Amino acid sequence: MSAPSPPSATQRAASPVLQLQGITKSFGGTRALVSGELELFPGTVTALIGENGAGKSTLVKILTGVYQPDDGRIIIDGKPVVVKSPHHAQQHGISVIHQESVVFDELSVAENIFITARPRKFGKIDWATMREQSQRILARLGSSLSPDTPLRELSIAQKHLVQIARALSHNARVVIMDEPTAALSHHEAQELLQIVRDLRNEGRAVLFITHKFDEIFAVADRYAVFRDGAAIEQGWLCDTSLDALIKLMVGRSIEQLYPKQPAVLGEEVLRIENLSRTSEFADISFNLRRGEILGIYGLVGAGRSELMQCLFGVNQADSGQIIRNGLPVTARHSSEAIAQGIAYVPEDRQHQGAVQAFSIGSNITLPTLNYFARMSWLNPDSEAGTATAWAQRLQVKCASIEQAISELSGGNQQKVILAKWLLAAPKVLILDEPTKGIDVGSKSAVHALMSELAQQGLSIIMVSSELPEVLGMSDRVLVMRRGRMAGMLDRAQADAESILRLATAA
Amino acid sequence: MSLRNAFLRNWISPHNAMLALLILLMFAGVTALYPQFASGENLRDALDDTAILILLALGQMLVIITRGIDLSVAANVALTGMCVALLNHSHPELGMWIIVLLSIGIGALLGLINGLLVWQVNIPPIVVTLGTMAIYRGAAFLISGGKWVTSGDMSESFLGMVRSANFGISNLSALALLCALGMWLFLTCSTSGRNLYAAGNNPSAATYIGVNVGRTQCLAFTLCGAIAGLCGYLWAARYAVAYTDTANGFELTVIAACVIGGVSIIGGIGSVLGLLLGCLFLGVIKNALPLLGVSPFWQTAISGVVILSAVIVNAAQTTRTRQKILEEPAS
Repeated sequence: MSAPSPPSATQRAASPVLQLQGITKSFGGTRALVSGELELFPGTVTALIGENGAGKSTLVKILTGVYQPDDGRIIIDGKPVVVKSPHHAQQHGISVIHQESVVFDELSVAENIFITARPRKFGKIDWATMREQSQRILARLGSSLSPDTPLRELSIAQKHLVQIARALSHNARVVIMDEPTAALSHHEAQELLQIVRDLRNEGRAVLFITHKFDEIFAVADRYAVFRDGAAIEQGWLCDTSLDALIKLMVGRSIEQLYPKQPAVLGEEVLRIENLSRTSEFADISFNLRRGEILGIYGLVGAGRSELMQCLFGVNQADSGQIIRNGLPVTARHSSEAIAQGIAYVPEDRQHQGAVQAFSIGSNITLPTLNYFARMSWLNPDSEAGTATAWAQRLQVKCASIEQAISELSGGNQQKVILAKWLLAAPKVLILDEPTKGIDVGSKSAVHALMSELAQQGLSIIMVSSELPEVLGMSDRVLVMRRGRMAGMLDRAQADAESILRLATAA
Repeated sequence: MSLRNAFLRNWISPHNAMLALLILLMFAGVTALYPQFASGENLRDALDDTAILILLALGQMLVIITRGIDLSVAANVALTGMCVALLNHSHPELGMWIIVLLSIGIGALLGLINGLLVWQVNIPPIVVTLGTMAIYRGAAFLISGGKWVTSGDMSESFLGMVRSANFGISNLSALALLCALGMWLFLTCSTSGRNLYAAGNNPSAATYIGVNVGRTQCLAFTLCGAIAGLCGYLWAARYAVAYTDTANGFELTVIAACVIGGVSIIGGIGSVLGLLLGCLFLGVIKNALPLLGVSPFWQTAISGVVILSAVIVNAAQTTRTRQKILEEPAS
């Protein structure tokens, strides 16, 4: 982790371009923001840090005019203003790059950049100017994207770039980035961070929201910590440390983020031999032992999730073998993999994990409904009893298991999804990005649970893009690059440098 | 604490309460103007008229919950009705149970064809059933040669079974209510019912928990077809006629009843109680308008306006609940 450089004289001397003072916001009886304080300076990157539910999202929505504050002031260039709508925020020079790309897949790059302010000539869209200006902005971002490419052909990282170009086209003075690297590979994230630095050097104020501390220390000049809807502390990053920030964030000290306990490895439970699937991955071989956590690292698009989907029967491999307990198995459908004792917690909670319209309880019991049914008729009381027990065991923060899962935070949704699989008592648990986008507290709880389960003899395959997580939790690390095995490292050999080198072939 | 309560709470939703209130208001209004509207005989007739709608909507709801739509239900009614009416004409000695089971069987087969095309051939449900709708109706023409089968061609028992009544309720109405009860049990208390909702609400998540989404859709289409087949017999017997254009366009009324009843057209959401209210709502309108002396030309248009209004109110309500969920900060 590189040390942040101290602020330059100009950074120190600048007066804030945007200030929030005493912002409060309540929804019904719940107070989402108690005292929102924030100062953004020109030519400075400020990292907004806080656990899920700390009020970060609410703050961003107030800044961009989606919500109106109950009380408090927004001050731009020393003058109090009212931000009535997102469009109004743009006129004030405030632009947001959202976590999930807000772009139009069927429109071209140029159309997306100028979606709200298309240049016109004689009342008609001036395509030539639009294309030319797009090219200029993209060139400034160091990108060679063609303005005519439709967005559906772009990667997530490139879509982010288009959003940033859109912000530049408004000549935004304040650029807010809400977890922009969440869906990016390490390499793509590094490129994005460079763009953030460029934005700063052009004199723009950047508000950078992320859960990844290495990014904060790599790119930010200032930090602002929020906890339970209140601003806790703001300051220059060079005056603080990682431990201090984590303490501020959670209000308690987390001794160890990755509490992996040594587990006794048992017999082989799963072996993969030369597994291949056309255009996705080829010649993957590894084995998994009882009580082992196997980390799988690779850049986004290295074929990790595709491999897991084959292990779980969602897709079928073209060649190679999957051997469970010494016998070759095939799973034509996920239900067969589940019957073989494999469980899969997919990467995309919203779309592949939770059934949002169901209650917490119904989500927990969904894969194991047969446990609660006689002749396929459900017994609601035994179902509720078991679901409650598991929700408590995983410390899901909820009023009751009848609550809709959509009302929970990301971290708590992930606990519910873990509960539903643990209830199925699998022998092999596949976790795809188990802590992506969840807060530090929940993350720590998930890691502790993984460690406990491994000690009890569960074998875990953990796909992760977070190096510290892979290093901290894995007994062995399988590194994938472009659909092939780049290497297999033991816990003792594995360090950030060697893993990254394998993953990027640098 | 029980999951049963959670399901119950969904049932007594604001949407259902509002719909029930609306039906009561309409009912009271019409009765105030025309007291004979509330007479036992008229109500029995109205319920009988609505019974087939209820049955078809129950089947349609299953399909819509799994993110499908079945445009072929009315054509299924026409074809199956024609089959059993012709059979009854040529073999009047066959027992009624055979007729009923056969109609369910033929209907289920027609539904299965839809389901297999959706599941195995991977064609969008609206396209599949748009095609089979035309095919099934064409088949009804082919097997009848375009001729009508009328009451004279049907046996006493064929016509009588739907009409005979116990405790003042006709077999037809009783059948619809029994089916609704059965469907309620199926959807709330069985594993297949739960999986049906899961597959519709989040097909991707359902796949990962081992639910075969395609097979679930196929099951919904087959059940829907079976019910439509049964309705084929019921329709022919109740109206004492079977012809190619039987129930022409009725699939849209059925879908309208689902939508008014709060079945989400994007899948995953819908309850039997809401559906019953949706059907009653349409039933009351259909029976009240002629009584109020509204010209038949206007009746369709008025029904349309009322359907749209009901849906708009419903949509406004969902938007409100959506926003509320969004605003609630994660704890």
